[in-house]
Amino acid sequence: MVLVNILGLLLIGLIVWWFWLYKPGEASAGDGAITVIVEDGVYQPARIRLPAGQPATLRFLRRDASPCAGTVVFADLDISEELPVDKVKEISLPPQPPGTYAFTCQMQMYRGELLVEAQS
Amino acid sequence: MASVQDQEQCHSHAQPGQSAARRELLIEGAGCASCVGKIEKALKQVPGVQDAVMNFAQRTVTVTGDAAEAQLIKAVEAAGYNARGTEAEAESDLLAEKEQADWAYYKRLMREMAIALALGIPLMIYSIVVGEMTVTTNLERLAWLLVGLLTLGVMLFSGRHFYVGAWKSFLNHSANMDTLIALGTGTAWLYSMVVVFFPQAVPEMARHVYFEATAMIIGLIDLGLALEVKARGRTSEAIKRLIGLQAKTARVIRDGQELDIPIEQVLADDRVRVRPGEKIPVDGVVTDGHSAVDESMLTGEPMPVEKGVDDEVVGGTLNKTGSLVFRATRVGKDTALARIIQMVKRAQNSKPPIGRLADLIAGYFVPVIMIIAVLSALAWLNFGPEPAIAFAIVSATTVLIIACPCALGLATPMSVMVGVGKAAEAGVLIRNGEALQTASKISAMILDKTGTITEGTPRVTEIHRTAQRSEAQLLQLAASLEAGSEHPLAVSIAESARARSLPLDAVEQFQALAGQGVRGRVNGHALLFGNEKLMRGAGVEIAGQVDRAQQLAAQAQTPMYFAVDGQLEAIIAVADPLKEDSIAAIKRLQDDGIRVVMLTGDNRATAEAVAAKAGISEFFAEVLPEDKAGKVVELQRQGEVVGMTGDGINDAPALAQADVGFAIGTGTDVAIESADVTLMRGSLHGLADAIAVSRATLRNIKQNLFGAFIYNVAGVPFAAGVLYPFFGLLLSPVIAGAAMAFSSLTVVSNANRLRLFKAQQH
Repeated sequence: MVLVNILGLLLIGLIVWWFWLYKPGEASAGDGAITVIVEDGVYQPARIRLPAGQPATLRFLRRDASPCAGTVVFADLDISEELPVDKVKEISLPPQPPGTYAFTCQMQMYRGELLVEAQS
Repeated sequence: MASVQDQEQCHSHAQPGQSAARRELLIEGAGCASCVGKIEKALKQVPGVQDAVMNFAQRTVTVTGDAAEAQLIKAVEAAGYNARGTEAEAESDLLAEKEQADWAYYKRLMREMAIALALGIPLMIYSIVVGEMTVTTNLERLAWLLVGLLTLGVMLFSGRHFYVGAWKSFLNHSANMDTLIALGTGTAWLYSMVVVFFPQAVPEMARHVYFEATAMIIGLIDLGLALEVKARGRTSEAIKRLIGLQAKTARVIRDGQELDIPIEQVLADDRVRVRPGEKIPVDGVVTDGHSAVDESMLTGEPMPVEKGVDDEVVGGTLNKTGSLVFRATRVGKDTALARIIQMVKRAQNSKPPIGRLADLIAGYFVPVIMIIAVLSALAWLNFGPEPAIAFAIVSATTVLIIACPCALGLATPMSVMVGVGKAAEAGVLIRNGEALQTASKISAMILDKTGTITEGTPRVTEIHRTAQRSEAQLLQLAASLEAGSEHPLAVSIAESARARSLPLDAVEQFQALAGQGVRGRVNGHALLFGNEKLMRGAGVEIAGQVDRAQQLAAQAQTPMYFAVDGQLEAIIAVADPLKEDSIAAIKRLQDDGIRVVMLTGDNRATAEAVAAKAGISEFFAEVLPEDKAGKVVELQRQGEVVGMTGDGINDAPALAQADVGFAIGTGTDVAIESADVTLMRGSLHGLADAIAVSRATLRNIKQNLFGAFIYNVAGVPFAAGVLYPFFGLLLSPVIAGAAMAFSSLTVVSNANRLRLFKAQQH
């Protein structure tokens, strides 16, 4: 029983680490626009690095017909756009100060982050 | 870290067909056939373009290749023309595609649901009729193995999207509803297979299989999702109706020929013909003809509006009686209707602050539920009765399945979607969710008098002479002086002179004194026209006429002193009639518990008379335009949540200062998009409607949020088994699946109730 309890607690630790503490890799915007694929409950890439103070364009390609995937919301930027199925939707982002800005579906199940960083 | 190249490769891999894409551009400024070659040549020189073919009659060019639209437009502009894309403009096509995609998705879910329930329901009936599904004999093992494999088939066919979604989310370090369903159903199935293959590994009492739970949960959640797709479609009815107002084609007159062309191809300055009974395709100014136009679909104003030469017409409205030819002024994305659609869509997708807590919770929700499921299983294993492992599996599965982050996430946006749409139907454009929420809390409303409570078109009602000069001479001088001013009172003087066919003379040294009046010289006479302050400042003797002026003011007229060469020669009174429904609309606001305050630059006596006529007991009089915002602050300091309503022209700072600024429009001029709320028609009923619909929407959001919170807060502990020690109650995973499937449907359906809301209660 002790072993089971230890395994259970380890599992909880794993959940906390995997979903909250671990920061996965990110895509960077260079000269071209980044294409974000919206499919099966995730944005891919979900973490996008952008330079601060510069406008940027993200191209969203929704492959998932589920209505959950139908809208992408950049709550901090007051941007909300509908995504047609199987068609690229370009979303222009105004220049932002450095910071982390979330983008999500309406229900917050699809989640992504813009990492806006000051250029050295 | 994925590089840019990776992303680009990913993209090119994602869209293999894009290399030979066809794009259509509209060309403006191509007046002759020789332009065709020039434009085609310019486009063909853009890297990536394979071909460019222009249709001169339609002023369109079709480009084949993979060049970006911006590059193509740049090339056309470099050749000396203007170009714009057509893709974004076909809202009706986008809507049709969306409906088609939703329908296909609905059918897929229903198919998957049918397969899952075809297995789940007989198994459920078996478990109820025969009893517990235990594994004791080898024959039973074989039978359950077969059922287990069938269940696996259901999982792969009907629930594949949950497992794929859960796996991809997991790899992405995120978790969502798919994660919960996949874990819940997967746990139940895996445990059952362990019982089938290795019965000795679990205590005898715990040798149950839960295949029916897996199949039923998948079927019920697919059903819930399918019904949600349907219900969601209904939440966007208002936007559908607006999009449906757009005409599909327009009849343009080019080079003396009438052509029927798609609406997206109409260019600015095209001459457009509209016959009786046809929709007006784009915005423009009438150049020929006369007709009555029904604008009710946009403004909510039920009476058709007469249109003649030089009048503006708005795309999407209905030409009723006569034939009109007009010059297109705003086309494509710039038409009032297109901008209204964009504005409503933007507002529908924005969130009021009330939804932020739910969003914050939704962000952490799924991993927290997973932790609760583990803790619940551990609690049963440590403290539960035998068979503890079976209880642990059931409680963990049920916790995972019952939790519904979707209801929480949907609670706010669904209501906003319907509420903002409802408002648009009543001719009220709400800018965003925040404006919607604040509008519901307004406790005091400041109404600008001119143009808001009144018609805004004052008329000369009396010329009280105090010297020898005739009425006509006085009016001619006054109108000449005011000719250059756009003030509504000045306009009324000019109108009166025009009605009497009086010629106007040139004005010199014209000077407008804010809050006082105007001065200038006409035909060598020094003229002063304005209020008491202006006269006293210039040393004009008015003592003998102040009583008369006050009498006029007490009759809700605005008296203005007119002095010629330093002598008072007349009091010219103008009156601005109340809009016919102002009194009823103001009463509606007051009945809703809102403190209504009138604001005007008029003198106190006139203000008092107008306010009394309109049924308002509080007013601010003699307010200079620049002081309007200060009056808003004054009420805010008293603790009021202040709404300010004005025409958006000279009261922009006050509209911005107010907690919610309402710009009252006449017709469909949405140039006042900067206001929090735009009332497309002139009636103050729009204001009462806006507040009523915002209150109803907020009430609806609160119901949804309350329901979603309570559902999860009560449901999760119940599923974990907190009631078991006291009442012996433990929820079945199948019931949890049904509850979860219908919780988000309930939220969407409750939001849909708002569709029945009747804004106008007069």
